[in-house]
Amino acid sequence: MTMSQGENAGSRLALVAALETLRRVRRDDEIIITTMGSAREWMKFGEPHALDFILVPSSMGHGTSIGLGLALARPDHRVVVCSGDGSLLMNLGSLASIVAASVRNLVVLVFDNGVYEVTGQQPTAGAAAARAGGRSADFPGIARACGFESVHRFGDSAAWAERARDVLDAPGPTFVALDVEPVAGGIAPHSPGPARARARAFMAALNR
Amino acid sequence: MFSGEQVAALLTDLGVSHVITVPDSTIGRWESAIEHSGSVRLVRVCREGEAWQVAAGLYLGGATPLVMIQCTGLFESGDALRNVLHDWKLPVFSIIGYRSYLDQAKLPGDTCLVFTEPLLDAWQIDYRLITSSSELDVIRAHYIACRDAGRPGAALIGE
Repeated sequence: MTMSQGENAGSRLALVAALETLRRVRRDDEIIITTMGSAREWMKFGEPHALDFILVPSSMGHGTSIGLGLALARPDHRVVVCSGDGSLLMNLGSLASIVAASVRNLVVLVFDNGVYEVTGQQPTAGAAAARAGGRSADFPGIARACGFESVHRFGDSAAWAERARDVLDAPGPTFVALDVEPVAGGIAPHSPGPARARARAFMAALNR
Repeated sequence: MFSGEQVAALLTDLGVSHVITVPDSTIGRWESAIEHSGSVRLVRVCREGEAWQVAAGLYLGGATPLVMIQCTGLFESGDALRNVLHDWKLPVFSIIGYRSYLDQAKLPGDTCLVFTEPLLDAWQIDYRLITSSSELDVIRAHYIACRDAGRPGAALIGE
């Protein structure tokens, strides 16, 4: 297992900058699943890639599970799931399921801002602000304990930008915690269109 | 009810590629045969809600998944199956163990008997109730009908 910590631990990067890096280093055959705040910001980048899966509407927290299914079905594609800390807390068991399934092509990115951003920035149960002692939940530690092959944490844009491609390329399953600032006024993402039609288009793109 | 070998052979025959499951004392006994079928991969998850979403990812990726859980897990699954079956309209089939339907000695007054079938109706899941070992072909026929119609369905296995 690889465990790394980006530079300037304790600092936070901007969600948009973190996503811009992912967009920059993304390979054409990589599937990217976005949820909640990451979906909202990802859609602002413009025309979606055919292998973008905007998980809106969602069942909160299940991006990692859909990613697991896609990674199992399509080992010829790397699958990158963009989750949030609140979402991950709703489906922590999925980390154990991912490791049990032995998928090498799955990367879980957790944008950890410590709050339920789209509902008005209430602290999550894992956030330091909501916990006695002021220590936040250790998501990389949880992933490591579940058996993730590669575990990383970044709180600095430059470090993430420099290492993102290598992190994605490492044998998975891979877990990356990105400590991000909440987006002021960040609202729930709007659906970019009828879900059924988008599912069919995504499946067609995968089969091209 | 059925042996693991019977179920594994049925799933193989139907072309099921993955079974995503949390076991109970009936369907859990089928795991080994499914796992060793050579054609159906067993995927173990931690909660039943996960199972529907893993199945969704598999379906989107071109696989042919099936969810296998107990009715208590159906109760746990609500929002996940709502999203998969009704938002995204993915036709995932399920096999659901119906706790206490045939044997109420262990849990007299088991409320699974009160809520399971109304809940399936509420979620608009077309199901067939299976109460004897002679009904394997009922599952087969219902699976094929749902697959051909592109809609979700379930086999509710009396336990």
